[in-house]
Amino acid sequence: MSVATHDDIHAHDHHDHGPAKGFMRWVTTTNHKDIGTLYLITGLIMFFVGGAMALVIRAELFEPGLQYVDPHFFNQMTTLHALIMVFGAVMPAFAGLANWMIPMMIGAPDMALPRMNNWSFWLLPFAFVMLSSTLFMDGGAAAAGWTLYPPLVLQTGNALPFTVFTVHILGMSSIMAAINIIVTVFNMRAPGMTMMKLPLFVWTWVITAFLLIAVMPVFAGAVTMLLTDKYFGTSFFNAAGGGDPVLYQHLFWFFGHPEVYILILPSFGIISSIIPTFSRKPLFGYASMVYATASIGLLSFIVWAHHQYTVGMPLAGELYFTYATMLIAVPTGVKVFNWLATMWKGAMTFETPMLYAIAFVVLFTMGGFTGLMMSISPADLQYHDTYFIVAHFHYVLVPGAVFALFAATYYWLPKWTGHMYDEKLGKLHFWLTTISVNICFFPQHFVGLAGMPRRIPDYAVQFAEFNAMSSVGAFVFGFSQLIFAYVIYKAIKGGEKATSEVWEGAEAHGLEWHLPSPPPYHSWTEAPDQSLISELH
Amino acid sequence: MKKTLQLLAGFWSVLWGVANAETGSGTGVGWGALNLPAGVTPDSHDIHDLHMTILWICVGIGILVYGILVYSLIHHRKSKGVVPATFHENTKLEIVWTIIPFLILIAMAIPATKVMIKVYDTSASDMTIKVTGYQWKWRYTYLDEGIDFFSSLDAKSNEARQLGSKIDPATVEHYLLNVDKPLVIPANKKIRILLTAADVLHAWWVPEFGWKKDAIPGFITDGWIKVEKPGIYRGQCAELCGRDHGFMPIVVVVKTEDEYKQWVAAEKAKQEVGKVDASKPLTLDELTAKGKEVYASNCAACHGAEGDGVPGVFPAIKGSKVALGPLADHLKLVLHGKAAMPAFKDQLNDVEIAAVVTYQRNGFGNKKGDSIQPADIQAYK
Amino acid sequence: MDDKELHKANARLVWRMVVIALLMFGLGFAIAPYYDAVCNYFGISGRVKEATAEQALKVDESREISLEFVTVVNGQMPLRFRAETGKLKIHPGQYYTVNFYAENTSDKKLVGRAIPSISPAWTSSFLKKAECFCFSEQEFEPHKERKMPVRFVVDPTIQADTKEMTLSYTFFDINEKTQTIKN
Repeated sequence: MSVATHDDIHAHDHHDHGPAKGFMRWVTTTNHKDIGTLYLITGLIMFFVGGAMALVIRAELFEPGLQYVDPHFFNQMTTLHALIMVFGAVMPAFAGLANWMIPMMIGAPDMALPRMNNWSFWLLPFAFVMLSSTLFMDGGAAAAGWTLYPPLVLQTGNALPFTVFTVHILGMSSIMAAINIIVTVFNMRAPGMTMMKLPLFVWTWVITAFLLIAVMPVFAGAVTMLLTDKYFGTSFFNAAGGGDPVLYQHLFWFFGHPEVYILILPSFGIISSIIPTFSRKPLFGYASMVYATASIGLLSFIVWAHHQYTVGMPLAGELYFTYATMLIAVPTGVKVFNWLATMWKGAMTFETPMLYAIAFVVLFTMGGFTGLMMSISPADLQYHDTYFIVAHFHYVLVPGAVFALFAATYYWLPKWTGHMYDEKLGKLHFWLTTISVNICFFPQHFVGLAGMPRRIPDYAVQFAEFNAMSSVGAFVFGFSQLIFAYVIYKAIKGGEKATSEVWEGAEAHGLEWHLPSPPPYHSWTEAPDQSLISELH
Repeated sequence: MKKTLQLLAGFWSVLWGVANAETGSGTGVGWGALNLPAGVTPDSHDIHDLHMTILWICVGIGILVYGILVYSLIHHRKSKGVVPATFHENTKLEIVWTIIPFLILIAMAIPATKVMIKVYDTSASDMTIKVTGYQWKWRYTYLDEGIDFFSSLDAKSNEARQLGSKIDPATVEHYLLNVDKPLVIPANKKIRILLTAADVLHAWWVPEFGWKKDAIPGFITDGWIKVEKPGIYRGQCAELCGRDHGFMPIVVVVKTEDEYKQWVAAEKAKQEVGKVDASKPLTLDELTAKGKEVYASNCAACHGAEGDGVPGVFPAIKGSKVALGPLADHLKLVLHGKAAMPAFKDQLNDVEIAAVVTYQRNGFGNKKGDSIQPADIQAYK
Repeated sequence: MDDKELHKANARLVWRMVVIALLMFGLGFAIAPYYDAVCNYFGISGRVKEATAEQALKVDESREISLEFVTVVNGQMPLRFRAETGKLKIHPGQYYTVNFYAENTSDKKLVGRAIPSISPAWTSSFLKKAECFCFSEQEFEPHKERKMPVRFVVDPTIQADTKEMTLSYTFFDINEKTQTIKN
């Protein structure tokens, strides 16, 4: 597949090959790097918005008794915090990385569908404005948790249709981004870049994209049914009309479980890029990494009801979902072992991206252990809907997905901006973040096991110490992220010039390191030399 | 600053507690507050043991994985002048670390299956109790005895948990884990719990009993308990059910069989007394005194302890048109509810309704002056 | 591959993906009736089949099952709903009739619908009804009580160690719109 001829069309479109000027550059851009930047900035902004909501939650939970907010508002905060972090922070950030990196990694000039790319980004700000506006509506925002379970969610006021439309818009945006990535990777690879030569980050994103296309429509359908149940008299989930509220849970988690892998698979890709670079060694078990990712993706479709062990499924159902869920530990274990084997006998250095990658391996594994524990259905009858679960999914999502995003940002920031970031501040950010994230979430395992349910604004006094600790951790974590924002700002503004390979020996780990830092506006206007590709690990 | 110091002292005592923890069960500081309770039912013991087994397996794997990682981090660093190896696959090794976890999983799945089968076996029970979740209280119906009552957060916790109540929760006994009327059951009897809900999803969970299960409107689910030790066991609703999800605790008082029988007899006698009472006129003082109690546990949550309500959300009782208007309208609202206001006809008996209505019409400076008798309620009904 | 071909290939792939997305959206809706069918067939979530004609079954006098009747009124519906008996000892294969009573305690006409559910859920496929008031709309005049009979049989092929079953009816007010909890 040759892309060399692309140069010709672009020569007609942009004579100068540079961006337009001013604000309209960002509105009308079809450039993969510009759109990637927009996605990343949106992700960062929403990370702070969702984080502020988390701090409202942790402030209220600092001590027993209600001090600051009404319980109903508290529930709105837990709901929006989750929706914003999942759909507003992590997913756009990954989409941003995909946009920036995939063309550079596969030797393409740009994404395959640049105009659709623009559209899929520009849907997001409107969706988030709409979602945030529900906070000011009569009855407040949705307060039934991010899972939006009926019948409770049907008690939402005017916010319900807006929340549902937000989901529709976000779904469309994600599906378009996913289609774009699949088409780009399938049709735009440079000659010689076979599928089994693709960097792991690209592989994990391709699998993620397929998950998105498969499950976002199911979620859109489920919330549409909520809408018709409330306003048009259908009874999909209304027992009075012969429906079943549990059906919603099946539909939601049929989306929801692949969704959590949508949040983690690209992280696996990032970590698989960073560890080899800083170990100065090729990735161990590339092929088994690809197969493990694919099997995690496939398994994600057949395990959804492990989120519903307490709804009163038949015994056979409970056992089936237990066994299927436990199986996921095998490919996930393979990944962790491969990372360890990559580090083994390497020559490691510990720059900020590597620190985050190592912390990811350690802490994500922690989340994996608790995940394994709760796959066991009888034990989950205790764990379900407690803070143990809250600790589990924050361990896989914060030191998991979010740490991978930090790692990726530090890893590629010099490539994007052409400047080295401030390593001292980066390390400070790492240590503050890593220590505080554990102070925040580790005690939640204890209170959960000891009997504290999740989604409560107030708790019995025996849980006070650990909750206070958790809140302190959360605040330190939250404010540490200002350092992160500052490091990015500083690197954009200037700093030590970065070389094209940035990290010692990085050239062997990906095509992006063969482009200058910052790279040209159109990445590979001429396909990279075959020899560069065949030298890749 | 003082607060921070107290907090640090608190952390220290917790950490100290962890360091000195002994395995086994217990409550309060230490291991007991860190781990699943060992429980008081056969299911809960099994689940606790299963939990500990998986936990130790995970700890074992964790030590191995983290050990290798730490060794590698110490020895395989560039600053030690190592030359990186170039290997990037080892089929044998990869097969081994695929198969071994698989075998460990099978070893976990076998006990898990056994426990789950036991948990699901609700057959041959001695009695059945229907538990219905409401926003935001529980209703217990003893199918065999005909006893039926609501159980909601106790008045003291309820007062303390209001936003800006200025009451220190530490001074409230069993803050948020106490109810006005607990579920009472006999020890060592297999009790089948039938669960359903009347509005949204709820989940009934007492950690010491080992499981929780969702209560779903329109459907019944079931579970069983057989409590070995008399005592008081506390739990909470575990499925988000709206504004006061955090404020609908569960308290189960487990009595010996004899004590339980006495309790049943007393409950039945009380029901009879309620009927007799209804025909006997009560004085205004008796009514307001009783009404104040009823108000505190049923109305104060929304309408405020002083009857001020929440402007724009919950109407005030003080100076309310309903409380100062015709009795029939007032009774209708209390008995049948309206919008967010629940219907109390099944939750309160005639004496209680008469008392609380009298209290509302005469308390908070309303001074309507009429005393409503239980007979009036019957007449109205 | 030249540019034209690339565009064609891209368009083809895009349409394939769009079709997958649309199919998955449709699947979400298709699952609803499918889920009902599966649940009804296997008796998952304690569903009860619609009434079927009375048939002659072999009565097994040697076995006795204790059948409990549970009544629930959903939400704020002003209905007093009860079964004439809380518990009945029955023989599999024999037909029984149990009356349920519901009284409208308000001044307004009520329209409700009763939804049955059986516990333990797996037994629901063995409870067969010849007459039932469930699933259809029931009207209640103000302050009037109505008698609603249920005629049923427990299939004698039910697992031999079954000792207890529970039949529950929940009445829903079908005129009541879901309440928005303000605040």
